Amino acid sequence: MVISVASGKGGTGKTTIAVSLALSIENSQIIDCDVEEPNARLFLNPEIKQKIEVTSVIPKVDKEKCNLCGYCSNVCAYNALSVIKLDSSGDVILFPQLCHGCEGCILLCPEKAMQKDYRTIGEITVGSRENVEFIEGKLNISEVLAPKIIEEAKKFIKPDKITIIDAPPGTSCPAVAAVKGSDFCILVTEPTPFGLHDLELAYEATRALKIKSGVIINKSGDDQLIEEFCRKNKIHVLLKIPFNREIAETYSKGIPLVKAMPQYKEIFQKIYKDIKENL
Amino acid sequence: MKQILVISGKGGTGKTFFTGCLATALHNKVLVDCDVDAANLHLLLHPQIKQAHDFIGGKIALIDKTKCIQCGVCKEVCKFDAIDNDFQVEELSCEGCTICSYVCPEKAILLKDRVSGQYFVSETKYGTLVHAQLGIAQENSGKLVTKLRELAKEIAQIEKAEYIVIDGPPGVGCPVMASMTGVDLAIAVTEPTLSGMHDLKRLIELAKHFKVPVKVVINKYDLNDEMSSQMVKELEHLGIEVCGKIPFSEEILASVKACKPFLEFAKNSLASEIAGLIDKII
Repeated sequence: MVISVASGKGGTGKTTIAVSLALSIENSQIIDCDVEEPNARLFLNPEIKQKIEVTSVIPKVDKEKCNLCGYCSNVCAYNALSVIKLDSSGDVILFPQLCHGCEGCILLCPEKAMQKDYRTIGEITVGSRENVEFIEGKLNISEVLAPKIIEEAKKFIKPDKITIIDAPPGTSCPAVAAVKGSDFCILVTEPTPFGLHDLELAYEATRALKIKSGVIINKSGDDQLIEEFCRKNKIHVLLKIPFNREIAETYSKGIPLVKAMPQYKEIFQKIYKDIKENL
Repeated sequence: MKQILVISGKGGTGKTFFTGCLATALHNKVLVDCDVDAANLHLLLHPQIKQAHDFIGGKIALIDKTKCIQCGVCKEVCKFDAIDNDFQVEELSCEGCTICSYVCPEKAILLKDRVSGQYFVSETKYGTLVHAQLGIAQENSGKLVTKLRELAKEIAQIEKAEYIVIDGPPGVGCPVMASMTGVDLAIAVTEPTLSGMHDLKRLIELAKHFKVPVKVVINKYDLNDEMSSQMVKELEHLGIEVCGKIPFSEEILASVKACKPFLEFAKNSLASEIAGLIDKII
């Protein structure tokens, strides 16, 4: 089973929930798909066993064959190629960070002057802690192909395990790439107008992806705003975590919630049971 | 004209709260919400929309069933697995590379504009606000951010504004990069947490890459005094100035719940402290 934890807005407690859930149930793996800012590792402190580079295809120009016709630059929808033609010479300039790896230029070059080359855009780290398998995708600074790293990280999903995916914030392509294919999505929110606004968007995204969802209200207090939304849309509120200074301090030190407050272990087990029955 | 970006690395640290403070404290500015994924600034500033435009984020492939002979060439060349077994284009997967349209022997693939969201020019009591809403599951947020910033710059020139104040997106990905290029100052709002520090370091690395000066504000610093001191030390080591610390405050939370910029909501000592801090930074 794959359960993703998403939020719309950042800083609502996704990682807290994802890590605590993974630590509370048997036979789990956690995949940190917040590849721009992966944080699960800080809470889990896993023993790292393996690191794998993630590469993307880029074109390499064979200058012998290239006649600077400029066709590659025309077909590139991402403006990653520029062809400069001077009287007696010229050059094909690649802006690697704009390249999406569609390989169109390689395929369509009339002179067959382009070959596949690879460049590193990030890294997958694999490890474990206390029977929780840990996988983290991390995008290199100044790279943009977050969905590609997410897809690579998700290749580590083991069907015989319970997979928890820590999704990136927002509702655009990286968040969708992370949540896509999940059996259930936990939406973490805060009881503020900001929280509600982002929850609405995140909920729309899960609906577009046809994924069942439930809500966890973090920093719970006066939750009317969120509860009303959940009631209206028939979304199950799985849990409320009160706003509590001790929880905030524990988080700030990088201690998982279920470690600092073991009473939460049973609560997370129950959430898992609820989700299983809900599917 | 000075462009000031408020940014955070990690989400939820108080970017929008701080942008709201800037909106109240600074005069003669244009405001931009570049967190196009989950725009929140409008919740504080209550804009009146004056112009709304569709944002065309690129192309999307569409297969003309009447022409398609299901030969499979398009499926073969698509690196994004966007064409399913029924020869339908899966919109969420199509990256608009358009290569399928070149190889289709039957010319059965059409390319249509992808409306990825909407962007707006609005009036608020704090000045003009340029903002947007990216459609669910859409990409090209970087491109949309660039669009918003261009528009804001045009308006700022016409209005002879002194500042452009940008509420940035979280993370370090394409929308953040698009928000950061060419700004005069990035104010990073962070929290004294392990993840806050981790994400801030990645952000600083990115700012270095773009040669943008960074100043740091530690929000809720008293939630973990020890971590705050450690942060100040580590940042000093990186040559980054911590220009302000804001305590955890129920009042700030209340201002967010009331959907009002804090400096307008509260007239207490914390509010004047923050106003002083802004004077110092800008």
